Parts: sequence; structure tokens; C-alpha cells
Amino acid sequence: VTTATATTGTRRTRRAHRPGDRSGLDRDTWFLLLPALVPILVLSVGPLLYGILLAFTDAQSGRTAATRFTGTLNFQDIAHDTLFWESFRIGLVWAAGVTAPQFLLALGLALLLNQELRLRWLARALAVVPWAMPEVVVGIMWRLVYHPDAGILNETLRDAHLIHSDVQWLSSLSVALPAVITVGVWAGMPQTTVTLLAGLQNVPRELHEAAAVDGAGAWRRFTTVTWPALRPVAAAITALQFIWNFNAFALVYVLTGGGPGGRTRLPMLFAYEEAFRYGQFGYAAAMGCVMVAVVAVLLAVFLHNRLKGDGA
Amino acid sequence: MSPGRPRAAARAGQYLALLCYLVFLAFPLAWLVSTAFKPPRELGSLHPGWIPHHPTWENFRAALDEQPLLRSGLNSLLVAGSAAVLAIVLATPAAYATARRRSAVGRTVGGWIVVSQAFPFVLVIIPLFLVLKELRLIDALPGLVLVYVVWSLPFALWMLSGHVRALPRELEEAAAVDGAGRLRILVSIVLPLLAPGVAATFLFAFVTSWNEFFFALVLLKSPGKQTMPVVLTHFLGAEGAVDLGPLAAAALLATLPSLLLFALIQRRITSGLLSGAVKA
Repeated sequence: VTTATATTGTRRTRRAHRPGDRSGLDRDTWFLLLPALVPILVLSVGPLLYGILLAFTDAQSGRTAATRFTGTLNFQDIAHDTLFWESFRIGLVWAAGVTAPQFLLALGLALLLNQELRLRWLARALAVVPWAMPEVVVGIMWRLVYHPDAGILNETLRDAHLIHSDVQWLSSLSVALPAVITVGVWAGMPQTTVTLLAGLQNVPRELHEAAAVDGAGAWRRFTTVTWPALRPVAAAITALQFIWNFNAFALVYVLTGGGPGGRTRLPMLFAYEEAFRYGQFGYAAAMGCVMVAVVAVLLAVFLHNRLKGDGA
Repeated sequence: MSPGRPRAAARAGQYLALLCYLVFLAFPLAWLVSTAFKPPRELGSLHPGWIPHHPTWENFRAALDEQPLLRSGLNSLLVAGSAAVLAIVLATPAAYATARRRSAVGRTVGGWIVVSQAFPFVLVIIPLFLVLKELRLIDALPGLVLVYVVWSLPFALWMLSGHVRALPRELEEAAAVDGAGRLRILVSIVLPLLAPGVAATFLFAFVTSWNEFFFALVLLKSPGKQTMPVVLTHFLGAEGAVDLGPLAAAALLATLPSLLLFALIQRRITSGLLSGAVKA
């Protein structure tokens, strides 16, 4: 919020200073920006607007008849589409279920990596590996771990006498979603850890030392010195991770394909099938719009609270 | 400062926590490697172990035979390479402009980068699919390159402008005083200094495109044109009938390039994100 107001502020003063300025400097800036601007306009802004437009039509793949405007018909259908809302609910459970533990784990790891510990280099390297891996490979790898007979997870649990029969991690109705969420946490930890680690560099060291001299314990130092400095970064990365997770596709596509019985069918998988298996372009676009709208509202509330609390 | 006993206990606790993290992060990777080198008999065993008793390269050979892995690797290389080059060429001037000159356009671009993150890919891919179909770029690598360029532009722009801000302004000002033109300053002063940042951004863009799955799945249909992540999913085949050894071997092969490149730039990514974030 603060950045936004600052931005409009400077813009206003600039306009006031030189009304209608079209000097060489501006033309140069345009010239530099244009190569990036044109593709973004043509292949990002344009398609998005087109996509929103499609949500109000009956567009279908491979149809010869002309596409017609149908007003809000798609949205009325979605309102009654219980399968979609079930998928939407799963998407929210997944996004929250991944983002929250991932943040806590990443925070713990970042705090550890910020200490002078042996083996820190190894942990730093390992912490980034999931980021470098193709999501498809992460999915395949965890399918091997979760494999009922040949997987290491069941084998380890059998050895420890924690289970007596093999658990069908990815195909049992009750376990599949938690199992998939665990993979999501593993896969997304690097971005959060690296960001938080970077944020930790901004924590004033003197304050830390002063608090230690005053006899503040580790927890107290964290809540009074570290956390206030880390908070904006934490809010930003949590919001981003939530969006990314809510819009996730590849990981779950490879792990379960949305099964068993739709228990892990994230909204993106649902919309993908609607668009590219059944060819319902207009309907799938409308689903996309609903997803953006809900995420935008959730984020607005979240960021508003976070940043407001931060500014006080 | 504090008494020795609790301090040592805290240290031990920290190491224990670090060990837990190491296990959690490493065990799936270790299992993937272990599976890739196991002969069929050990893969079918009721009590699979961590270390293969008779390690073999057989799975890699089988993986290469079963699916057009090399072909798809080449496709991935072509697509990711051209997309990364184009993204850098397009993003570098814009990154310089947004970092050095305050302009409404620059800020709008920056805002768009953030906003565009919130849109689910379906909303982008359906119209792109229709447009690329008109241009006959469906099931063609150039179509995918176009999509990847736009897809990696935001991050390239973000990272590069962070690197530009890290450069001292004085050099450019001194050159301007000496009468060098803007283009000349950009080419002979800024670009050489920016080279490490450009290299890191290039590798990052390359790895992102190399790993990408969704757009490739939708846009490429014929097996000979598909990229590596898409071909990997063919190994999964019908349910249950999964050949674990070759699957693990293929997955490992597909990961090696990204891992190697990422290792090269790990440090730079951290600092690049940081410098980008500090100003924003």
C-alpha cells in the first residue's frame, strides 16, 4: 500500500513539473522499453483480455459454427457446477495446506542457515535442488517414494513396525491429498527459504546484539528484532506461494492425475480437462476468471491486514 | 556471553534440526538415484533396499530405447536456448530503463509483472492456443518459444534491473560528461559490467523453460516435437504398468542439465533476487 501511494505521488509531481513533456529522454526510455513491452502486450496482456472475453462466449474447440456471446451463462452454469466447487475447495485446501507448513519449515531452515553451523554448505545446496528440478521429475521421484511395493516409504514404515499392510499413498481416498500436499511442501521450499534467507540479511545485527546484552532469550530476540524486520518479505513470499500453489498443475498431474475419485483434482486440472479434453474453451475460461477473482479477494484481505499491521 | 551448558544444548538442538532438514530434503533424491541403478530383480523385490546390490546402467539404455529421449532433449535444448536468448535481448534494455529512469511506463510494466502472476495459466493458454492455431504455430517449436519468451520476461526483467541497480551510476555519468551518447554508454559501459548478471539471468531463464510442462503439454502433440518433461510423462503410461527403473533413469537424465546450470548460478540467483527485492 505504501509503495502504491508513493508511486502515484511521484507521478503527480512529475506531471505537474513538466506538463506534456515529450523530450528526447522520454523517447529514449520508450525505445529501451519497447522491445519488452510489445511481446508483453501482444502475448500476455492481449491474451489475458481475450481470455476474459472468451469467458462470456460459447467458444469450443474444433467447432465450425461461429462463436457467440452468451453473456453470463457460463458463470451461471459454474455457480451450479458442484464438481467445480468441490475442485475449488480442494484447491484452497491444497494451497493453504502447502503454503503454511512450507513457510514454517522454510523459516526454520533459513534461521538455521543463517547460523555458523557445520554442513551449512550442504544444506544450502540441497535446499535449492528442488527449485532446479523439473516439476515432472519431482512428481516421478515422489511416485517412486510412495510406490506401494517398491517404494522406500512403505518399506521404512514396515521395518519400524508402524504399518502392517502397504499403504496406497496416492490411490487411497483419505491419504492421497495429504500425500500430495507433502510433495508440494518439499517442492516449494527453496523459493521461500532463499527469499527468507535474503530477508534475514536485512535484520540489523546491532539490535540483535543489544537485545542479547539486555538478556533477551532466543525466542524474545526473534519476536522483537528478527520478525519485525522479516515481516514484509514473509508476507510477500507467502502471498506469492499461495497464488503459485493455487494455480499449480504439473506436480499433481504427474502424481495422481487428479485421482483417486477427484480427491486431488486441483482447479487447474479441472479447467485443463474442460478445455483440452472436452474442448469447452468458453467454460474453462470462465473457470479461470472465477479462480482469479477469488484469489484476488483473498490476497487483498491478506495483504491489507499484513501491511497495515506492519505500518503501525 | 551466556553460560556454557545451555549454549551447548542449543547448538546440539540446532544440529539435530539441521539433520532432520537434510534427511527430508535428500531422501527422495537418494531414492531416485538408487532406483535408477537397480536391476529389474531388485526393483521387484519385496524388501527394496537403499543401495543397489548389483548396480547397472541397463535402465538408462532401456530409457533411451523406450522413448525418444534424445530427440526430446534436443527439442528442449532448442526451445529453452532460443527462448532464453530472446528473453535476454528483449529484457536487457527495458531492465536498464526501469532501473535508471523513473517513468510511468516502467512502473506499469513492474506492476503488470506482479499482477500477471495471479492469473491461472488456463486463462492465458486458451487464447494463446487460438492465436497460435491461426498462425499455424500449434505443434511447432517456434510457437512454444514465443510463449516461453513472454513467460520468462517478467523474471528476466526483475533480475536484470536488480543487477543494473547494483552497478555504480558514476561510471555512466562520467562517460556522459565525456560526451558519450546514450547508446554508446549502454553498449560499452553498462553491458560489460552487466555480463555476469546477464549470464545468470540467461541460465535462470533457460532452466525455467527447460523444466516447463503445462504449455508444452498443451501446445505440442506429435512425439517427435515434444520436450523432455512431456516425453517423461509417457513413461508413466497406463495405470500400474510403470517400468520403474527406466522411469527413474530418464527422470535423472532430464534433471542433470538443470541441476548443473543451477549449481553455476545458485549464488547469483540469491543475490539477484535480493537486489531486485531491496528496491521494490
